Amino acid sequence: MSREMTGARMVVEALRDQGVDTVFGYPGGAVLPIYDEIFQQNDITHVLVRHEQGAVHMAEGYARSTGKPGVVLVTSGPGATNAVTGLTDALLDSIPLVVLSGQVPTFLIGTDGFQEADTVGITRPCTKHNWLVKDTDKLADTLHRAFDVATSGRPGPVLVDIPKDVQFASGTYQPPKAAAPRNPRRDAVASDAVLQLVELLEKAERPILYTGGGVINAGPEASRLLRELADGAGIPVTSTLMGLGAYPASGKNWLGMLGMHGLYEANLAMHGCDLMINLGARFDDRITGRVADFSPGSIKAHVDVDPSSINKVIHVDLPIVGDVGAVLRQIVDLWSSRGRQTNRAALGKWWEQIEGWKAKNCLNFRNSDQIIKPQHAMQRLEALTKGRDRYITTEVGQHQMWAAQYLGFDEPNRWMTSGGLGTMGYGLPASIGVQMAHPEALVINVAGDASWLMNMQEMGTAIQFRLPVKQFILNNERLGMVRQWQQLLHGERYSQSWSDSLPDFVKLAEAFGCKGAQVKDPKDLDDAIQQMIDYDGPFILDVLIEKHENCFPMIPSGKPHNEMLLGEAAELGVIETGGAVLV
Amino acid sequence: MSALKLERGASSHSAYDLRNPNADVEERHTLAVLVENEPGVLARVIGLFSGRGYNIDSLTVAEVDHSGHTSRITVVTRGTPAVIEQIKAQLGRIVPVHEVHDLTVEGPSVERELGLFKVSGKGDKRVEALRIAEIFRANVVDSTLTSFVFEITGAPEKLDAFADLMRPLGLSDLARTGVAALARGDLAAAPVAGG
Ligand SMILES: Cc1cc2nc3c(=O)[nH]c(=O)nc-3n(C[C@H](O)[C@H](O)[C@H](O)COP(=O)(O)OP(=O)(O)OC[C@H]3O[C@@H](n4cnc5c(N)ncnc54)[C@H](O)[C@@H]3O)c2cc1C
Ligand SMILES: Cc1ncc(C[n+]2csc(CCOP(=O)(O)OP(=O)(O)O)c2C)c(N)n1
Repeated sequence: MSREMTGARMVVEALRDQGVDTVFGYPGGAVLPIYDEIFQQNDITHVLVRHEQGAVHMAEGYARSTGKPGVVLVTSGPGATNAVTGLTDALLDSIPLVVLSGQVPTFLIGTDGFQEADTVGITRPCTKHNWLVKDTDKLADTLHRAFDVATSGRPGPVLVDIPKDVQFASGTYQPPKAAAPRNPRRDAVASDAVLQLVELLEKAERPILYTGGGVINAGPEASRLLRELADGAGIPVTSTLMGLGAYPASGKNWLGMLGMHGLYEANLAMHGCDLMINLGARFDDRITGRVADFSPGSIKAHVDVDPSSINKVIHVDLPIVGDVGAVLRQIVDLWSSRGRQTNRAALGKWWEQIEGWKAKNCLNFRNSDQIIKPQHAMQRLEALTKGRDRYITTEVGQHQMWAAQYLGFDEPNRWMTSGGLGTMGYGLPASIGVQMAHPEALVINVAGDASWLMNMQEMGTAIQFRLPVKQFILNNERLGMVRQWQQLLHGERYSQSWSDSLPDFVKLAEAFGCKGAQVKDPKDLDDAIQQMIDYDGPFILDVLIEKHENCFPMIPSGKPHNEMLLGEAAELGVIETGGAVLV
Repeated sequence: MSALKLERGASSHSAYDLRNPNADVEERHTLAVLVENEPGVLARVIGLFSGRGYNIDSLTVAEVDHSGHTSRITVVTRGTPAVIEQIKAQLGRIVPVHEVHDLTVEGPSVERELGLFKVSGKGDKRVEALRIAEIFRANVVDSTLTSFVFEITGAPEKLDAFADLMRPLGLSDLARTGVAALARGDLAAAPVAGG
């Protein structure tokens, strides 16, 4: 049924028809008609942010924790440019977002009008697709298509730029069904490739499943099938930072995260495997290390929806283009119908070898009763929150890696982190987005002091919307990850890597209108964490930790997997200058 | 259907190797990219090449189906086989891109380019220019007492050769369209509606 209405009304109508319940946004001149419509309805909650970057990260947190697209509304010019970092973040991490921006009226475009920016030009390289809508009659169709593009195939952010006169003008509204998708995505999978994979899997002596964010993108059924396959066939599973939770950390085949700061056993198993099955991961440079030496003796299979991910970095022997959930379904079905065979004897030996690596206990650290070690803080956070309905977000830096190493995720969509772009300032707003979607859950942002300051204005949003997000700040008064690299690579010349003049986080919490506490004695840590969890509202816990702790294991840039740094040993000068050019 | 006969690690190589000029030989490929003719589509294609560091030797674009709003972009690019594969896959990700054809691998194809060459001069050189133009089957589309404008169509190499010969004879200005290409035979990349 098509109806006449203004463009502004169409926006709200389309959001409603797309099942949107929450919009993160910030008003301004070029979106006033849309805000007027938002004022006159109750179906969609608008979360007023404090900075548009915050809005986009909130939408990312919302999207990653629900599997639904996140929606953002910003004004023209500075509103749109403030969204650029978040868009780039979502593009690199394949997060579905629909960002709506206001634009100067069509007749002012190109005149350097007030708050005019070439938004589609600026955001073209940081969106999956974007549109400037110049005709109200095309608005509804474009909006529905925006949702389709954001969520189909490899998900990603899209932007629709809507000039103010298009919002005021009347046109015909088309409901979603009428707007047929114009390029249907391929889902069909070559069944002979699946057969080849199953045959390889049945014979493999040292197989490994290397899973990534694609499994999370594919939805909970993909995670379930992954578990069925891994547990049924007895194959070890490792995951990238983005895929944590797809296979449970408590599962018997779990090796932990792989990559630069991944676990010893995970990286050595990747290096020594004879069959690598990549499910929805993209051979990122944090994973491969020196590419020429990456898992030199293995047959590599790669399942990915995006053909451009295949053979981009690592040449694979068996590419399968398709949704990882659909492909896993086929693998599991075929493997089951052929009698669920595995190379049992060889697998037994493989596991023995892996147990040997595990015995290294690579996450061991020297604890202290004087000062809180960050690893210990993570272990205590894990112990005191395990079993709860828990969601974790992070900022970027050492704390992010410690969280990935020491916290265990048993379900997908419980772990929100900025992996590809590594955006400091992601975690606090992301935690707000998650809490909006899961009001009753325990949502914790594991933060570093420096990152947290980057979007701390969003505490105001948390308080306004009574979102009891917990800010767990591992405060080393350093830009810790930068400092670590300077120590290992730049002769301990700590150039600009302090957090000088930090605010008093407890007073800051009070100033915002929530509660805060500081803890520095290891024996007070548990009580402090408990207080944070029990408090009925947003809470900032300032955890003063060891200032010069390094994050290990670490594969220095440009080194292969089997040349990993494990402990506190004298690591100075370990990274060659060749590796130093990589970041 | 049978299991892969793959040698372990046989094909394991890396993007870093690929950037090594000795590791793989660069090839020239002509791609036909069929796109929805919507605003910004050319910017998307060009932005992909510049953003990811791919080469463009030549690029032409025009709407080929006015009622269906389809444009055909012909890109001549160069890169190692792996890079060419990436370019095609990346082009395929652009939402308004309908199809990507690699005319270099899909079979024999014809490539044509149009050039306009202004040659200024008097006396013997002027006569010689006219004579060479005849050999190349170039048309004179403008002439004054001191200049000619030649129009010539052909493969890019033919235009290169023509330019080389005209340079000592007073070549003073030239414009080239870039390559348009079609597969030989009756296979159509973008079948024309009603055709
Ligand atoms: C400080 C820092 C340190 C880091 N250290 C590490 C580290 O030690 N280890 C680590 O793993 N990462 C680390 N990262 C993260 C790293 O930079 C990458 O973001 C991450 O490794 C990429 O994860 P991924 O391969 O799972 O790919 P993603 O970015 O999650 O991409 C998903 C892939 O799956 C595909 N896909 C999407 N949906 C589907 C679907 N439905 N079906 C099939 N395929 C699909 C996509 O096309 C894509 O190829 C670090 C980041 C930071 C900031
Ligand atoms: C926006 C942004 N700027 C700069 C960087 C580079 N960077 C990566 S980690 C880091 C330090 C983070 O410090 P902090 O948040 O205190 O965390 P820590 O490493 O100490 O745990 C910096 C500056 C980044 N990732 N993002």
